[in-house]
Amino acid sequence: MTEAFLSVRNLRVSYQVGRNFVHAVDGASFDIPKGSITGLVGESGCGKTTVARALTRVIADNATISGGQILFNGKDLARIPEKEMNALRWRDIAFIPQSAMNSLDPVYTVEYQLGEVLRRRGGMSRAQARKRSEELFDMVGIDPGRLTDYPHQFSGGMRQRVAIALALALDPKLIIADEPVTALDVIVQRQILDQLKELQTRLGLSVILVTHDISVVAYICDRTVVMYAGKVAESGSMQAALTAPSHPYTMGLRNAFPDLQGAASGVLTPIEGAPPNLANPPTGCRFKPRCPFALDLCGSEPPVVDVAPGHPVLCHRASESAALRIEAAKTETWMARA
Amino acid sequence: MNIATRKTDVLVSVHDARLHYRVGGAFAAMRGKSTVVKAVDGVTFDIRRGESVGLLGESGCGKTSMGRLLLKLEETTGGSIHFDGEELGKVQRKGLKTFRSRAQLIFQNPFDAINPRFSIRATLSEPLENAGIPRGEREGRIIKALELVRLPEPAQFLDRYPHQLSGGQLQRVVMARALILQPEFVVADEPVSMLDVSVRAGVLNVFRDVRDRLGLTAIYISHDLALVRYVCERTIVMYLGRIMEDGPTEDIVHQPLHPYTKALVAAVPVPNPDQSHDPLPIGRGAPDPRNPPSGCVFRDRCPSAHARCAAEVPQPRQVGTRTVACHLF
Amino acid sequence: MPEIAIPKSTISKTAGIRRPHIVVRIFQALKLPVNDPFAVAGLVIYLVFVVAAVFADQIATHDPTEILYTPSYDLAADLRPGQDGFLMGTTSLGRDIFSQLVYGSRSALLIGVTAAFMVALIGSIIGLVAGYFGRWVDAVLMRLADIAFGIPFLPFVIVLAAFLQPSIWNVVIAMALVLWRDTARVIRSQVLTLRTRGYVEAARVAGSSDFKIILRHIAPNILPLSFLYGSIAIGWAILTEASISFLGFGDPDSISWGYMLQDAFASQALAKQAYYWFVPPGVCIILVVSAGFFITAVMKTSFSRS
Repeated sequence: MTEAFLSVRNLRVSYQVGRNFVHAVDGASFDIPKGSITGLVGESGCGKTTVARALTRVIADNATISGGQILFNGKDLARIPEKEMNALRWRDIAFIPQSAMNSLDPVYTVEYQLGEVLRRRGGMSRAQARKRSEELFDMVGIDPGRLTDYPHQFSGGMRQRVAIALALALDPKLIIADEPVTALDVIVQRQILDQLKELQTRLGLSVILVTHDISVVAYICDRTVVMYAGKVAESGSMQAALTAPSHPYTMGLRNAFPDLQGAASGVLTPIEGAPPNLANPPTGCRFKPRCPFALDLCGSEPPVVDVAPGHPVLCHRASESAALRIEAAKTETWMARA
Repeated sequence: MNIATRKTDVLVSVHDARLHYRVGGAFAAMRGKSTVVKAVDGVTFDIRRGESVGLLGESGCGKTSMGRLLLKLEETTGGSIHFDGEELGKVQRKGLKTFRSRAQLIFQNPFDAINPRFSIRATLSEPLENAGIPRGEREGRIIKALELVRLPEPAQFLDRYPHQLSGGQLQRVVMARALILQPEFVVADEPVSMLDVSVRAGVLNVFRDVRDRLGLTAIYISHDLALVRYVCERTIVMYLGRIMEDGPTEDIVHQPLHPYTKALVAAVPVPNPDQSHDPLPIGRGAPDPRNPPSGCVFRDRCPSAHARCAAEVPQPRQVGTRTVACHLF
Repeated sequence: MPEIAIPKSTISKTAGIRRPHIVVRIFQALKLPVNDPFAVAGLVIYLVFVVAAVFADQIATHDPTEILYTPSYDLAADLRPGQDGFLMGTTSLGRDIFSQLVYGSRSALLIGVTAAFMVALIGSIIGLVAGYFGRWVDAVLMRLADIAFGIPFLPFVIVLAAFLQPSIWNVVIAMALVLWRDTARVIRSQVLTLRTRGYVEAARVAGSSDFKIILRHIAPNILPLSFLYGSIAIGWAILTEASISFLGFGDPDSISWGYMLQDAFASQALAKQAYYWFVPPGVCIILVVSAGFFITAVMKTSFSRS
């Protein structure tokens, strides 16, 4: 099914910092197809976590959704009343926060915390909740005997599994996971990703995975949304974004990443400079100050160009992307600006 | 620094080094709960001058503790570490001062490694001041060090404070501080893990470049084999305080021998769509430093564990270019 | 990793080139909130009493210990406020209450500030040393703190006063000997977290001595905390002095608010309904002590926020 399951249109989220407004997300648009894993990638401060949180409307006190739409099941999540949104959370859309440790209360057993969700929000009886908890633990690969343990008795990876179980409690259709494996060691990371993929296929879930790591995207995602400085630089299938990136930022990101499968003599190429300060973003294309292909026209707002069906790119030079890709593969291209 | 005039080829020699902590207090001991954590447990290796060695392992494997032992930020509770022929345990006062200027640390978190109240000038002056460099010479040395780490127009940074710099710039300042006294030996503890992907490569390139230019001997501590491979020709794989495998990085990447290394190499994520999704050759669970298994510490997760692994600690054995601690070899 | 990295520099830059006034900068350095009504009220009260203490000679209408006579050469005892030109009346011995009050603020200030200084100084040094060096140094110093916690404070001051000459300094000595424990504990715990900061280790690797590290990298960070505990000690010192004097262990030669209360009590103020004997010193004690606590309470919340 290619029909969009969740559709974000021109989303804007602003933070109030003192007397200034910072647009952490400034006009993001993308679609999430049903039954897929979408990777939301970008560097710190690019707005990926803000987007993820805006989708569940669990945002900071000083933040507001200042524009755009979040279309889900015929409703605009950016506008529906809080009560209606609250009914959707957990039942339809579940959120796995960045640190599983913080999402679990250290003074209660895991069973109690799962039961709380199942009984309060799912309306289950004590016995039903118990049965469901065991089922959930089984699903995420933890011995149900450990239900009566406290969060501190679990290792980091186990806690992440508990967090996944908690998110799955009420059979949501969409799971949003914020950097679910970032704090974990590579082996545990791989095992958790495998688990997530297996559950996603088995339960037909849609998953949005927020990450800074393109190799995580490469491992489990079907689609990619690349964000830079509050805007979506490009979005499309994972294959296309990684093997044929069309935005210079994505090309640069690919070059900067070490690849264990690549040649030993390979040189990593950084993108010089740092992401812009969102309190005072550059006019026109926000990647312009770091982009080796920037032209004068990049000083004006870049257009969204579909380089292929379902592969929009926010770049003035998107039509030349095939040629730019060849240039971008050379280290000298990126060094020239340093 | 004239390397040729040195007597021996080995700069750092670690022999059966141990770092055991006592955790919990007298009460835990009375209740019979194991109270000794063996952060480093019988580690032996040599580092030759000019060599770059990666210390690879998961969190809790003892790699950071090992790095701290090498810099005498922690004292060994057993075994010995020699730096240029001198035993670190016996280095005191004046000797320690000299050692501090010869061996340096590059920190993991640049946002934490520089005092937020100090300007960049004050930050870089501190080691110079301690080494007794006269006031007049300091500024020149500072500028030189900042140029070395490729901070453009270094003079403009001198009076700035850490919060005015980006992560990549800060990490270069941290490197400049480590290099300003022209050390021979540098331990880098996950120097890019706190940085954004797009700037990591820049810092890594500076590290490689400076190391080659100054002929540094370097230890690079990381959990990421891909990064270790980028900067080190040799890799030491640690697990629960012990060395599992030690050898040329390329050999380890392409043909890991130890079952743990095999799992580790297979688990490293790669930024390519076509990659193996096979289950890892390793059991679930996590290493518990407070309660390691008997014999081989990896046996509870090892797919090829057999009876001997529980009974006997595997001793490191030479296998081709490598040293492996496993009963399979 | 902070999700939204907004360099502080760009925000504060809009404030322009003008540096804030020196007083404001001192307040900021000590984390004193200038915009909180309670803190401002506290500071104003302090200011009034400091002025009274400093200019006591000019403000007081009489010598506070002098036995006074009315213009008709009668002993000026038990005079009501305003009577015969005595602003707040006189005591049963014929001393001027207003002048006693003014000079009382001088002893209060003297005791408060010296005690605060001693407590903050001793507590900070012990806290720094214990927290930084750890191991047996920490163990010894913290066991000493435990012992200090076991000493009942008021009886200790009384016993001390019995051993030494009765003097207002007994309170200061007692506080220095006992109350450093609170400051030391809090500062120690702060140092324990500071010690793990990367830049402290970096200074070690850079070859800095322990003394230099404490002085340059750690002490500046705990200064506001020392100040906080010092200001708490001001209130405690004044209260303690008042209690001691009231119990009759105070210095009979110096005028303090506690002495005034004791004098009122001994002269059967309640039976004589001479409220003007004990209300003014009582109010002064309450004002100064609560002003101190207003300021410290606001400081504490601004700490926990930062």
